[in-house]
Amino acid sequence: MLSILDKQLLKKLSLEPKLTTSALATSLSTSQPVIWRRIKRLESLGVIKGKRLLLNQELLGFGVKVFLGIKLATKGTISLDDFERVASAIPEVQSIEHVLGLYDYRLRVVARDIADFERILRRRIMTLPGVGQVEANVLLSEEVLTGPI
Amino acid sequence: MLDDLDNSILRYLQNDPESSIAKLAEKAATTSPVVSRRLAKLQQTGCILGHELILDWSALGFEVQVSLRVTLDKTEPSAFDEFLKAARKIKEVLEIQTFLGMVDVRLSVVARDMKHYQQVYKDSILVLPHISDIEALMHISTIKMDRRLPI
Repeated sequence: MLSILDKQLLKKLSLEPKLTTSALATSLSTSQPVIWRRIKRLESLGVIKGKRLLLNQELLGFGVKVFLGIKLATKGTISLDDFERVASAIPEVQSIEHVLGLYDYRLRVVARDIADFERILRRRIMTLPGVGQVEANVLLSEEVLTGPI
Repeated sequence: MLDDLDNSILRYLQNDPESSIAKLAEKAATTSPVVSRRLAKLQQTGCILGHELILDWSALGFEVQVSLRVTLDKTEPSAFDEFLKAARKIKEVLEIQTFLGMVDVRLSVVARDMKHYQQVYKDSILVLPHISDIEALMHISTIKMDRRLPI
């Protein structure tokens, strides 16, 4: 179970992941070793899985982010593993989620521009094993919230 | 403009966000002062925005994750703003994305279990303003989650 201190710690860290243990200790009125132990514990429980570098994708030349909803054409006869393995190997595919509902998979794709996206879609996505209907939605904005901590 | 050295520093840093400057310098075959200067510049120009904590919501007891695809009533000019403003206040919402395409907004929602999800859906989501259609995708598993850019 997580204590109130754990939750406060998680909230502070999700807003500012680079906060030092001493800054965290001061703002949560406890000591640095306590904070350090709590973080280690949250890591070993699998709650904190790590840190990710946040880059400005537009400035680095990746102006287009697209979410694809993919429905497999022939469920059952083709192996999901094949689809997942080939899709995972595409460098522009940043995430693949298996979902239940209107689509089977949800993919996040980055591209340099619309022409680049078209190339990825035609050469990489439409040729995936078992791929059926594909819906594309271009991402305009996104915000990440701290959630129910 | 970024040169090859900037790109390789970013590449190594993406792979290991906690890497020390000395280690980055070694990998990029240059010196620590050069890497420090480059990193400072990449931060100043806004190429590096910062860091993000990766949390596992299921380890926190939130077993249900749902992607809600919302179509808004666009006859109302303030529909987007009012919807987004209200959605930000729901504490079970993890992500809000807006789109050009078949859907207008996507909300990523977590809940402890199906009963909790139903409660969140009924009490918080369905009361959001200007919804014309809503569709749910239930998250089963994550096959790949890699926000690194192919630089």
